Amino acid sequence: MNFDYNEEQQLLADSVRRFIRKDYDFESRRKIVASAEGWSEKIWGTFAEMGLLGLPLSPDYGGFGGGAVDLMSVMELFGEALVVEPYLATVGLGAQFVARAGTAAQKKRILPRVVEGKLKMAFAQTEKDARYNLAHVAATARKAGGGWQLDGGKCAVIGAPIAEMLVVSARSADTGGISLFLVEREAKGMALKPYRTVDELRAADISLKGVTVGADALLGKEGAALALIEEVVDYATALLCAEAVGAIKYANDATLEYMKTRKQFGVPIGMFQALQHRMVDMVISYEQAKSMACLACTKADAASDARERARSISAAKIKIADACRHVSQESVQLHGAMGMTEELKVSHSFRRLTMIAQQFGDADHHLERFAKA
Amino acid sequence: MDLNYSAEELAFRDQIRAWLDANLPDDLRRKVADYERLSKEDLARWHRILARAGWVAPAWPREWGGTGWSVAQRYIFEEECGYVGAPPLIPFGPTMCAAVLLRFGTEAQKKRFLPRIYNGDDFWCQGYSEPGSGSDLASLKTRAVRREDHYVVNGQKTWTTLAHYADWIFCLVRTDPNVEKRQEGISFLLIDMKTPGISVRPLILMDGEHEVNEVFFDDVKVPVENLVHEEGKGWTVAKYLLGHERLTTGRIGASKRELARLKEIASKQMKDGRPLMEEARFRDKVSRVEVELTALEITNLRFLDQLRSGRVPGAEVSMLKIRGTEIQQTLTELMMQAVGPLAQPFRPLGGAGDFDEFAAGLAPRYCNFRKTTIYAGSNEIQRNIISKAILGL
Repeated sequence: MNFDYNEEQQLLADSVRRFIRKDYDFESRRKIVASAEGWSEKIWGTFAEMGLLGLPLSPDYGGFGGGAVDLMSVMELFGEALVVEPYLATVGLGAQFVARAGTAAQKKRILPRVVEGKLKMAFAQTEKDARYNLAHVAATARKAGGGWQLDGGKCAVIGAPIAEMLVVSARSADTGGISLFLVEREAKGMALKPYRTVDELRAADISLKGVTVGADALLGKEGAALALIEEVVDYATALLCAEAVGAIKYANDATLEYMKTRKQFGVPIGMFQALQHRMVDMVISYEQAKSMACLACTKADAASDARERARSISAAKIKIADACRHVSQESVQLHGAMGMTEELKVSHSFRRLTMIAQQFGDADHHLERFAKA
Repeated sequence: MDLNYSAEELAFRDQIRAWLDANLPDDLRRKVADYERLSKEDLARWHRILARAGWVAPAWPREWGGTGWSVAQRYIFEEECGYVGAPPLIPFGPTMCAAVLLRFGTEAQKKRFLPRIYNGDDFWCQGYSEPGSGSDLASLKTRAVRREDHYVVNGQKTWTTLAHYADWIFCLVRTDPNVEKRQEGISFLLIDMKTPGISVRPLILMDGEHEVNEVFFDDVKVPVENLVHEEGKGWTVAKYLLGHERLTTGRIGASKRELARLKEIASKQMKDGRPLMEEARFRDKVSRVEVELTALEITNLRFLDQLRSGRVPGAEVSMLKIRGTEIQQTLTELMMQAVGPLAQPFRPLGGAGDFDEFAAGLAPRYCNFRKTTIYAGSNEIQRNIISKAILGL
């Protein structure tokens, strides 16, 4: 038993912390969010230089072969800074599919470009009426001219407008099972309707009309991708839990600071017991969330037993979703009207936490999965 | 990062488990499992069994009977005892009074009291709360006046758990009423319960049980050698005890056992022809408390891990108390809800009752467990502690 980060993980965390302090304060983030692209190429380049993009990938492709725990501190710090670049979409989802199920040729074609920062990815999975059910895929894949033809629609694909390549799930016309395909964002027949999300990420709804891809676009075995999707989404969920812990930490730190400085009735509002106890409960929520993020990340790697992994990660997401909701709401309430304003970062952590609570399934979804796993 | 126990720790756990399995008497095991009241003799019997094994006071220094276990081993031992459903080891002697004596006691006091505590010869209780001073402990009024070689004690303690079993009581008393700060002028006395002038009156709680008492002191003579630490420094002693490492305060082992019990009960209760455990609304409540307990166990292990590497957890323990007791209460509440109408019978009129006695015990148990968020520093006091010590508010 040991809950500390090892020396390498601490060094990594220190360098990410330094980088964020220098280049990703709230003002810098505000500029990135306001830009037309909604992400910063310079920041992404720094991620590559720091080795963050190859952290979980095999050294064969320029990566460092790290596990989910190695990414944990990075995700926590990204959460604290409310980083908007599509790190989770690329490293936690897109590249993971390739790393886990790709052929040697696919890995060689894609992973080094991810590591170098030249390729960003996104996972096009969710469809209208699917909610969080990963088996709900109505988009179709038909064999056509030695390759495949994809048709259907996807929605709320985080990072899609920024990605050069998407991993698209579709149901095979032959087998009835779900398959995954690598699709260039510029592929003919694929149309994106991009938008900003509530938490200032970039996302898109996507329509696929007769999109043709080659045979080498099929990722993994035809019709047998559901287990892989579950596995990778669990992995990304564990990382998201760590990101939530960072955002919760930010909201708590900011609120505590505010309680010590904001005066009413002649004293700092932190003198009021009614507020002190609420702050204490936020801190307990943080500690409990952190514990569950540790659990999720230690169970998220490919080798984990599937049932144990599903139960642990759903349990973590239940706790994290509750903690996100609790801390985000209280942080705004304790800031009073100031907490409502665009000007304060706490209103941004509020929005991020609100979206994280639901991403990859809300507490109700995971309560059901937890009980049935 | 590794959330699992080491191979040695797992081997230790297995050893403890096997020992408990072989040495916990069946009748005690059944009584605990059926939530029956344990008699003084039941508690004493288990104490003696542990004493024979050398396991009454793992945390004490070896020369006084400690085991020399690591903090992790001590934690594992206590959680396993809770998980298997062993009778509790009443903490007033072995944990609390002993900790004070080991830190502040004279050599003579240690020699006089520690072996008897260890062997279970003396049963102790704690004289802190008074009718007017609950959470505001420093407002206590029980008065001790020095007369040559003894103190004369007058006053009243209340909520005194198991005072009716006790041979001794450790008390906070006021030796100097003329002080600027109320925390001064308080002293820590050890008092023989057989001393003339002490009377104990039961307070019956809403579950119908006799667990706590009022203790009255009427010109009670206490030899000065029973003073621990200096006169007037009792608050230092009390604070030490409060901050004394209590990493098992979350009672994870016992709650795990209760959770398994809850699932068992809810699986046997039928609703519309299906087990209640399969009904989504009830099942979600069970899942939520299970997730909270899992998180608390990991949080508890994180604090333990910090302690192991030399960082002493202070107010963090208050978090374990708050969440641990909330979980215990939720579990007892869900058990009562699980049996629905069968929870209503309380006591039969006339001969034996014709109702499910186990199910009927669940509502009184729910009632009893409301105490957990009130005792040992109410959860509001725990929040005050965290607010001051961790948040600096």
